[in-house]
Amino acid sequence: MNHEKTNILTIRTPEGILFSLRLSGPVNRFLAWIVDLAAIVAISTIVRSLLGIFGLISGDFAMAASILAYFVVSIGYSIVMEWRWRGQTLGKRLFNLRVMDEQGLHLRFSQIVIRNLLRFVDSLPAFYLVGGLSCLISRRAQRLGDVAANTIVVWNPAIPEPDLDQILTDKYNSFRKYPHIEARLRQRVSPQQAGIALQALLRRDELDPVARIELFTSIASHFRRIVEFPQEAIDGISDEQYVRNITDALFRTQPGLLKR
Amino acid sequence: MIIDLKKFIVTERQYWSELELVLDKLAKDPEHKADLEAIKRFHYLYQRTSADLGKIMTFSSEPEIRRYLESLVGRAYGEIHETREKAHRLAPGRWFFHTFPQTFRMHVRAFYLVLVIMVAGCIFGGLAISLDPDSKEDLMPFPQLRVDPEERVAREESVDKDRLHGGKASFSSYLMTHNTKVSIFAMALGMTWGIGTAVLLFSNGVMLGAVVLDYILAGQTEFLFGWLLPHGAVEIPAILLAGQAGMVLAGALIGRGGSVPLTRRLREISGDLVTLISGVAIMLVWAGFIEAFFSQYHEPVIPSEVKTAGGCGIRILLTLFLWKSGRHNML
Repeated sequence: MNHEKTNILTIRTPEGILFSLRLSGPVNRFLAWIVDLAAIVAISTIVRSLLGIFGLISGDFAMAASILAYFVVSIGYSIVMEWRWRGQTLGKRLFNLRVMDEQGLHLRFSQIVIRNLLRFVDSLPAFYLVGGLSCLISRRAQRLGDVAANTIVVWNPAIPEPDLDQILTDKYNSFRKYPHIEARLRQRVSPQQAGIALQALLRRDELDPVARIELFTSIASHFRRIVEFPQEAIDGISDEQYVRNITDALFRTQPGLLKR
Repeated sequence: MIIDLKKFIVTERQYWSELELVLDKLAKDPEHKADLEAIKRFHYLYQRTSADLGKIMTFSSEPEIRRYLESLVGRAYGEIHETREKAHRLAPGRWFFHTFPQTFRMHVRAFYLVLVIMVAGCIFGGLAISLDPDSKEDLMPFPQLRVDPEERVAREESVDKDRLHGGKASFSSYLMTHNTKVSIFAMALGMTWGIGTAVLLFSNGVMLGAVVLDYILAGQTEFLFGWLLPHGAVEIPAILLAGQAGMVLAGALIGRGGSVPLTRRLREISGDLVTLISGVAIMLVWAGFIEAFFSQYHEPVIPSEVKTAGGCGIRILLTLFLWKSGRHNML
């Protein structure tokens, strides 16, 4: 296992499959904590207002309930939220962070309690300075509470299913008439270059119009330098269509191609 | 391996979508109990998606699908490969009368260590106040403790009205929350390899020793015991137990002489730490009640003998509880 500091934690499943978790840095965590702090203040204020009713019976009792309520909310908020929301609080959910077991397993209740109680040390001397420094030094970006509880905080943005229909369309491709040039193209293009063309097509709708034209012009001119298709194959097609044809040529399985 | 990307996606995407639906359902409803068929299907989907991830890994030009599959496999992995024993159903009575005292005894050496540290602090504080009475201001950070003992006793025993009237509940809750915070801090300082825990306990010992000797030297021993024993009989052991938790944590961090990795050592004690600190919190709730509603009343309202006897009784019960309760079920 790599012992250097990294923002990626790789886990190997018993089936031998590797997957990566992206560790969250201290800045994101601090921002999430500010949101949680606001939530704690809001909840405490609401609870105090509700408990104020007891003031009609006894001011002393209302004050005692208020002190206890603030204490319980400030300590219990993160514990309850992380337990109920599987490693997330309101702040963590907003910033796509999640507390996880260091080995990618289920969080246990004791882990959640320990990492939250150890905030008392991590928050020293102010604004989580100890925890922040620990996060920067630790190879798994852990504050002291995370070290003690064997937990990590991962940045876990919701990854939607890619627009696979972009890959699956079966449009006419003028380059198919020239299998020998396509074969030369596949031979000369690296997987990284092919990946760039594919990603550009997959994400084209996310680009603004000018950037989209510039990007496909740039990619098309790059591929034009690698192989040259006859004029009749490229007549009247835009740079974007050119890249689409190139991508189809690169990723399409040829009849008789050996599968290993 | 060369794969036909189109065919691969057409065949497999239905399984990815199905797995994502199951995972979303689990995320929305963590308490959901699936039947055997659903669990088997979930396992199949996980294995199939894992295999797809293995295949797509070799296809370097497809990072987006790989990231998507990694996120699915990562989420499913935690659900499928949880092999540790699941927590039992909450049984507060069994936990309090069995688990808590058993855990205390399991780590009793850490308790003896913190006891020695605190007693050393008490001796130091006692010696300091008896050899240099002027050090009182430095040894006692709270102004109410610095008052001359004779003066305080005379004042407390002459009052004819309840000075805590209308403030007992809030004083009690203040004591509970303050002492619980100090206890959590004592445990958390175990992360400094126990040094912070030791310093905190020693300094508390110094303060306690100085106060005790100050009252004894002033001839106010009876008042002292009547004042401190009722709540101190539980409060001081509670702080010691919090220190014990800190030392257990420190012991796991240091892991002297063993070949067990740090993560496993910490994993093994995590439940014990939560048990100890939860027990401490309960003890401090009790101590807070007693201190606000009982300890602050002196002669002639409550005779010192009654308070001292009450404190001694509580201390004996607590000792019996920690050393004997749940013993027949010890593994």
